Amino acid sequence: MSQDTQQVAQEAAYEPLRIRERFRPWSWVSTALILVVMAVLLQALLTNPNFQWDVVAKYFLSSSILKGLVHTLELTALSMLIGVSLGTLLAVMRGSRNTALSGASSAYIWFFRGTPLLVQLIFWYNLSSLYPSLVLGIPFTGIDFGSVVTNTVISPYTAALLGLGLNQAAYTAEIVRAGILSVPHGQLDAAASFGMTRGLTLRRVVLPQAMRVIIPPVGNETIGMLKTTSVVSVLAMPELLYSAQIIYARTYEIIPMLIVASLWYLLVTTVLTLIQMQIEKKYAVRGPAAEDGTFKQFVRRAWRTHASRTGTSLAKANMTGARP
Amino acid sequence: MTAPASPLSPTRATTTPMVVARGVHKSFGKTPVLRGLDLDVDAGEVVCLLGSSGSGKTTFLRCINHLEKINAGRITVAGEIVGYREAGNHLVELSEKEVARQRAGMAMVFQQFNLFPHRTVLQNLIEAPVLVKHEPKAEATERAVSMLSRVGLAGKEKAYPGQLSGGQQQRVAIARALTMRPKLMLFDEPTSALDPELVGEVLDVMRGLAESGMTMIVVTHEMAFARDVADRVVVMDGGTIVEQGAPSTVFDNPQHARTRAFLRKMG
Ligand SMILES: Nc1ncnc2c1ncn2[C@@H]1O[C@H](COP(=O)(O)OP(=O)(O)O)[C@@H](O)[C@H]1O
Ligand SMILES: [Mg+2]
Repeated sequence: MSQDTQQVAQEAAYEPLRIRERFRPWSWVSTALILVVMAVLLQALLTNPNFQWDVVAKYFLSSSILKGLVHTLELTALSMLIGVSLGTLLAVMRGSRNTALSGASSAYIWFFRGTPLLVQLIFWYNLSSLYPSLVLGIPFTGIDFGSVVTNTVISPYTAALLGLGLNQAAYTAEIVRAGILSVPHGQLDAAASFGMTRGLTLRRVVLPQAMRVIIPPVGNETIGMLKTTSVVSVLAMPELLYSAQIIYARTYEIIPMLIVASLWYLLVTTVLTLIQMQIEKKYAVRGPAAEDGTFKQFVRRAWRTHASRTGTSLAKANMTGARP
Repeated sequence: MTAPASPLSPTRATTTPMVVARGVHKSFGKTPVLRGLDLDVDAGEVVCLLGSSGSGKTTFLRCINHLEKINAGRITVAGEIVGYREAGNHLVELSEKEVARQRAGMAMVFQQFNLFPHRTVLQNLIEAPVLVKHEPKAEATERAVSMLSRVGLAGKEKAYPGQLSGGQQQRVAIARALTMRPKLMLFDEPTSALDPELVGEVLDVMRGLAESGMTMIVVTHEMAFARDVADRVVVMDGGTIVEQGAPSTVFDNPQHARTRAFLRKMG
């Protein structure tokens, strides 16, 4: 035995045993299959002249589409704002010991979840035919401070906001309630034992911890809302999809215009997903090895899996204290 | 009824009692849990509350700071009736704010620590002083840091509870309780959720507190701690006190059959 090989043998004896990922033939086969399918789909998309990609390109940044996009973003943001704030209020009311408050909250949720959004939108839009004027005053006393004609307050825009926001509040209320219920009761005991009032406890102890449970579904609802806003086209509100429809009603380029709208929806959804990941990170509970679910961590984990498959960064894994 | 002067603590007759519980009844629904409980605890006294599981120890502690409402009787802490005020011959429940103010004067340490997991150790410690007592943040921080070193956790300010061992978390919980400068501390089995090797560090901190003159009511199954540290042990069974006295008396010469049964079980 030469000195060299002896030394190598000795080193091997001291070095921690390396773990090599098992060879998984099916994972390679399935990856290859998916790549082939994706290539076929991509080719079918890009080379088919019927999609009229030149038309897509022409309208993608056109001013009416961009205006529609802004309307869609605005409606999404404002109705989610109404939905989340009113929904939180409803969730807190629902948990109240006062039965009038919790009953009112239940009734609200029952009604707005139980009727179609489309009907609610049309109802708000046509409020003036039910109540031609709105009066501010003290009920049952005949004392009025003033009144307005309903149609001046309820524009298609406000009708859309009311319809979307009030409906969303009913759904958000249930999400927030689940979040509140997820906080262990011991947290409330601890807060109370220090002399924190219920309101303070809710703001400082309960809601911040409930966020972890609340954010993923609210993110989901926001992305849902982005597309639900297209329902308001029944009120002739030129949001993204309706703006595309207006164009193809004129030019008959239906498919490319729908692609333009869909590409924008996809793009905004991507951005919203990234924002959601950042917010989740902020409310993650820090533990010994907590995964905080951020995008960065997602990439890092994917890379780690990849690296351990290919065996590139084993030394690093050993250095960071990976247990054998 | 006045507390009999005890030869063990000659000052007792002259100090005002910190806690006076008289005829305390508490039921959950139709199930009575406390059945006419009487107890006096003097300022500076350390009382260990013993008794088998379900005898009502936790419920009694929670009644003392009004986390549970009693159905009959009264509890006073530092001369104030807890949770109620007298109006003629009635007791009327206090407002939420007034109950909160009473609670801020005593502190409770829980079996499950109940630290706020979303806040750092330092934030856990200054939360109540700043928000409840409206102390300036700098002052609260300064005291929090000194409390942390008092429980042997200097330098852990920025850690999150989830990054600490159980024993460390419970010590943070004790430091957090101390930042409120309580007149009275209530401990509900503070070491029962800990791995055996972590129990000692928490008991050491509590021993130090007892020596500093803190008034403490401690529910515990740590018999050695009770024998060493308590001025008095109180044995509960079925929602009443069956026996109490100096640790040596109760442990070495138990009078009541329930006490003997309990001590046998504890080894
Ligand atoms: N919130 C509650 N609702 C109903 N029963 C309860 C509640 N808390 C405690 N109990 C009952 O009261 C009795 C005494 O409980 P507890 O005070 O926790 O005893 P200990 O702390 O001595 O083990 C037990 O039988 C328990 O089941
Ligand atoms: Mg208990």
